[in-house]
Amino acid sequence: MSETTLSAAPPATRQITVQVNGEARSAEVEPRLLLVHFLRQTLGLTGTHVGCDTTSCGACTVLLDGVPVKSCTVLAVQADGREVKTVEGLMSGGALHPIQQAFHEQHGLQCGYCTPGMMLTSVALLAENPDPSEEEIRWAISGQICRCTGYQNIVKAVQQAGAALREGS
Amino acid sequence: MYPSRFDYVVPESVSEAVSLLSEHGDEAKVLAGGQSLIPLLKLRFASPSVLVDVNRIAELEGMSQQDGYLRIGALVRHKECERSDLLKGRYGVLGTAAPQISDPLVRNLGTVCGSVAHADPQGDWGSALLAAGARVVAQGPSGTREIPLAELFVGPFTTTLEPTEVITEVRVPDPGASAGGAYLKLERKIGDFATAAVAVQLELNGGTISRAGIALTGVGATNLRAEKAEAALAGAAPGDEAFAEAARLAAGEAEPINDHRGTVEYKRNVVRVFVERGLRAAAASAAAA
Amino acid sequence: MASTEVRGLGHSVERKEDARFIRGKGNYFDDIVLPGMLHMELLRSPYAHARIKSIDTSAAAALPGVVAVVTGELMAQHNLAWMPTLSGDTQAVLATDKVRFQGQEVAAVVAESPYIAKDALELIEVDYDPLPPVTGPQQALAAGAPLIRDEKEGQTDNHVYHWEAGDKEATDKAFAEADKVVELDTFYPRCHPSPLECCGCVADVNPATGKATIYMTSQAPHAHRTLFALVAGLPEEKIRIISPDIGGGFGNKVPIYPGYVVATAASLLIGRPVKWVEDRTGNLISTGFARDYHMHGELAVKDGKFTGLRVKMLSDQGAFYADAQPTKFRAGLFHIVTGSYDIPAAFVETDGAYTNKAPGGVAYRCSFRVTEASYLIERLVQTAAYELGVDPAELRKANFIKPDQFPYESATGFVYDSGDYDAAMDLCLEKLGYAELRAEQAAAREEGRLLGIGLASFTEVVGAGPRHTYDIAGLKMFDSAELRVHPTGKAILKLGVRSQGQGHETTFAQIVAEELGIPYEDVEVQEGDTDNTPYGLGTYASRSTPVAGAATAVISRQLRAKAQKLAAHLLECSEDDLEWKAPRFTVKGAPDRGVSIQDCAFAAYTNLPDGMEAGLEGVHYYDPPNMTFPFGTYAVLVEIDRGTGQWKPLRVVAVDDCGVRINPMIVEGQIHGGLTEGFAIAAMELITFDEDGNCIGSNFMDYLIPTAWETPSFELGETVTPSPHHPIGAKGVGESATVGSPAAYVNAIVDALAHAGVRNLEMPVTPDKVWAALSEVGLAQ
Repeated sequence: MSETTLSAAPPATRQITVQVNGEARSAEVEPRLLLVHFLRQTLGLTGTHVGCDTTSCGACTVLLDGVPVKSCTVLAVQADGREVKTVEGLMSGGALHPIQQAFHEQHGLQCGYCTPGMMLTSVALLAENPDPSEEEIRWAISGQICRCTGYQNIVKAVQQAGAALREGS
Repeated sequence: MYPSRFDYVVPESVSEAVSLLSEHGDEAKVLAGGQSLIPLLKLRFASPSVLVDVNRIAELEGMSQQDGYLRIGALVRHKECERSDLLKGRYGVLGTAAPQISDPLVRNLGTVCGSVAHADPQGDWGSALLAAGARVVAQGPSGTREIPLAELFVGPFTTTLEPTEVITEVRVPDPGASAGGAYLKLERKIGDFATAAVAVQLELNGGTISRAGIALTGVGATNLRAEKAEAALAGAAPGDEAFAEAARLAAGEAEPINDHRGTVEYKRNVVRVFVERGLRAAAASAAAA
Repeated sequence: MASTEVRGLGHSVERKEDARFIRGKGNYFDDIVLPGMLHMELLRSPYAHARIKSIDTSAAAALPGVVAVVTGELMAQHNLAWMPTLSGDTQAVLATDKVRFQGQEVAAVVAESPYIAKDALELIEVDYDPLPPVTGPQQALAAGAPLIRDEKEGQTDNHVYHWEAGDKEATDKAFAEADKVVELDTFYPRCHPSPLECCGCVADVNPATGKATIYMTSQAPHAHRTLFALVAGLPEEKIRIISPDIGGGFGNKVPIYPGYVVATAASLLIGRPVKWVEDRTGNLISTGFARDYHMHGELAVKDGKFTGLRVKMLSDQGAFYADAQPTKFRAGLFHIVTGSYDIPAAFVETDGAYTNKAPGGVAYRCSFRVTEASYLIERLVQTAAYELGVDPAELRKANFIKPDQFPYESATGFVYDSGDYDAAMDLCLEKLGYAELRAEQAAAREEGRLLGIGLASFTEVVGAGPRHTYDIAGLKMFDSAELRVHPTGKAILKLGVRSQGQGHETTFAQIVAEELGIPYEDVEVQEGDTDNTPYGLGTYASRSTPVAGAATAVISRQLRAKAQKLAAHLLECSEDDLEWKAPRFTVKGAPDRGVSIQDCAFAAYTNLPDGMEAGLEGVHYYDPPNMTFPFGTYAVLVEIDRGTGQWKPLRVVAVDDCGVRINPMIVEGQIHGGLTEGFAIAAMELITFDEDGNCIGSNFMDYLIPTAWETPSFELGETVTPSPHHPIGAKGVGESATVGSPAAYVNAIVDALAHAGVRNLEMPVTPDKVWAALSEVGLAQ
């Protein structure tokens, strides 16, 4: 390990500006700051969660330019100039997004810890595949772990949300 | 969970990236998808002083059919390959490998070339591209060179690339219309590394196999070509007997170890079964073309 | 049953707690930020067994941003280097003399940011002198094994306990007279509850008042408060444990871990809040694992009936004996092992051994080792079916305890409350299409395809428990409900249990709705804050509904009785003239004359009869008269790939009977989750150790948890056999599926190969193991 990483000098930081849920958020950050920590610690958006240390569980999933990614495996500096959507950005005009409504009605959550990531991945899925089969839904969320639900009701929630979005409601 | 400190630079061209790598030598790492590098940083298994982020270099984008080969630029993500019609049919070994890499979220960011440079013997692209007879283009301070994949991997996570070189693209030779491929992977769950996996490409000429590419994942110090199996198929007529024999040979060429995914005997059998199934699938795909 | 508008029991109402979670506004402990808060990281031992020669923290302490570095030596100065466990042993908080498992806590850094804390960890130099490790209980108990607990006075070997239950003599007699003895030697591997949220806390000891507020991932906040008081010597009224939203527990958040103690001590010494967030590696390598139980079972059979059951177990307890289970029972409730069967004689004996591994054993939705027991009996019965040449369903039915035998006293002293095992089995077989599937299996075999049908008919025991028998660390296992109805007819219910996703804010409100007629939407449920809730033993071992649910029903009925007096006062009649149909009291024979429960609530503050105390509230501490006994039959259909050994559950049919269901949708969600964890345990979850004691399975690359892709979908059914002793007839269901399903999955795989003589495969049943079995019997491709 290099001596320079722990010198007494204050760490070099970069100014970044990220569009988070439609709002420009700026901060001075160390390059090593993970995107998930930028969201949780710098911006106080604690709806994105951390569940592991090997990029395995997907509790940290957010949308980066509309694409679901594991925010624990992206550096905050990589998100400079880009758009991030977190669970806090799902509601609009004070109304729940159909995916939120569907997770609620279909009992697609129990402890709620994986839920933000599951909903965001589902939103991205439905944007490009408005009527996914059960298999396609399971495939789309296969990068994310849930310990509580057994996934069955999550699938139902995504199917319900898909139907609602297709109806335009 | 928390990487060591590093500096971070964002070059705008490949030559700028190469200069930065020359300046910092092996204290620098290239950041493309980051899906292999950042996990290492988080566990502090790697502590480079500088990260060279190549994601804003436009010349590294894009996947397209060129004259005689398919070009896959260094910023092409696994997901693009999973979705692309270009990788069906003759390039099917790549198209069938792509969806089996890691998990859907990692595939959104991870890159083909990053995976190749990482040279994990359990990496899928290495085998798929070996089977397809591909080569990488590497750019360094003294210029550009092509390295066939067969000469790229020398050991686990070790390639013949210099620390000052960047892979700019992969070139996959056009196997012709009567070609097909398949990638079969045994993983205990999505996101696990392969217990064993097999990449197969068959190129047909009339009623015989003009070239067979067979490469193995997770059963050696690097992705391995099953050269004896390939040789046995060259010039042969596709069929159950030839495939069974090639599969048997490939299993013998595998160099698995005993571990928690299985014994040597087990993994060799998986190789044999998958090569046989893969050859059938590749032949069917080639014939359908 | 209450009227539909009130929506009490039996209604699949949507959950009240969802509102914050779907908005990303859950309040998990790591979401809590306090002014001046510092961050703590733990240094863990790389060795399984080593003496500590020296620890040099000077470089770490000098790093800018580091506020403190804590070692065992510092903790020892405050008498906190060791702490008691829930099983009467002691456990190191921070290692002093030796490290006794890989991952054991050795030091802590407290810094301004977690990044800096992690930087500092790398600067701590520990000089270890490695010692030979003990990596299994057999090795631990062999002569000449290295002594792990050399610091424990009087401990001369690695033996922890010996425990027995049942009647040895009667059992031996049954075996002597048997015409067939079926044996099974099997190992329930070490696995881990691994909730998605790791453990952690924010410890905030106020330097001015001395009050310690600890936000903590705790399934049992009151018990933890008392234990903190005893361990840390802090006065109990100065300790407030707040268990905020928890991202899954599954028993992982029942023990007190060193991190909590060190963070609290650090906050006390520094005078600022200290947050400790465990990482996944820490969680898997050091917190309460589950199972690791070697079992040798024998079933005596005479004339097709089970006449005796004998089990000898060997338990790997890790380096410290820290099982979270009722004190009298060293094997938890393993002695439920006679299961659903009428077996007149049984004897179980077990020994526990120390090893150089993390402490634990009782966790992961196990109902206190009922997972182990249920697995054993269902695998043994399946084996018996093959050896006797009897259909596995028929053999079970022939030996089921029959409905007219309840309450049933088992050979090991349990009194089963109620059951109808045939009904559950028959429904399961019907839903599965058992007869057709057997035919399909035979036809497939002709074609060279291997299908297997696995059954498991479990009876488990939950609801700990009656105070004459059950306590944890001396605390009796009652539970509590405090209910207060406001003037406007809304209510607040405070409980001594603590949900980690089971939906208490909804289901307990439904109990109040049922008994008191207040709509569930109007009942606020609070749990987890020890300053504001009545004392309880927490949520684990499926005890919330049986115990706190009963307390809720009882207190609701008490309030209803008072409300009836208020109603009589309002209606100017006698109490006996009134009848209750939620949410109203009406005069018998004059249904237009009545008042609502809300009217009564208002009267409790505004219009009281002479001599009546104001208010409409009360608290009840419920001592359950007995445990409850949920049961069911699960069936799994698998197909095996002969070339690779991979197996796939094609169908999973689960019929559960948990008595009265408060919220069927929530019950089904619990079963889905349990069936998935059962599948995971059967298929892929494993913590194991190499010969150097290195832990394999300490991260999610090695510790495999299935995704939606591997996980099958489930077909559920129900029968309802209420518990006769529970006020609302409910039994609890949280763990049934994790208890009952692993055997069903394994039985299915064995069933696919049984015709060729295969009798057993060990969990996790990974493809390579299946292929090895296939090879052995000439079925591999």
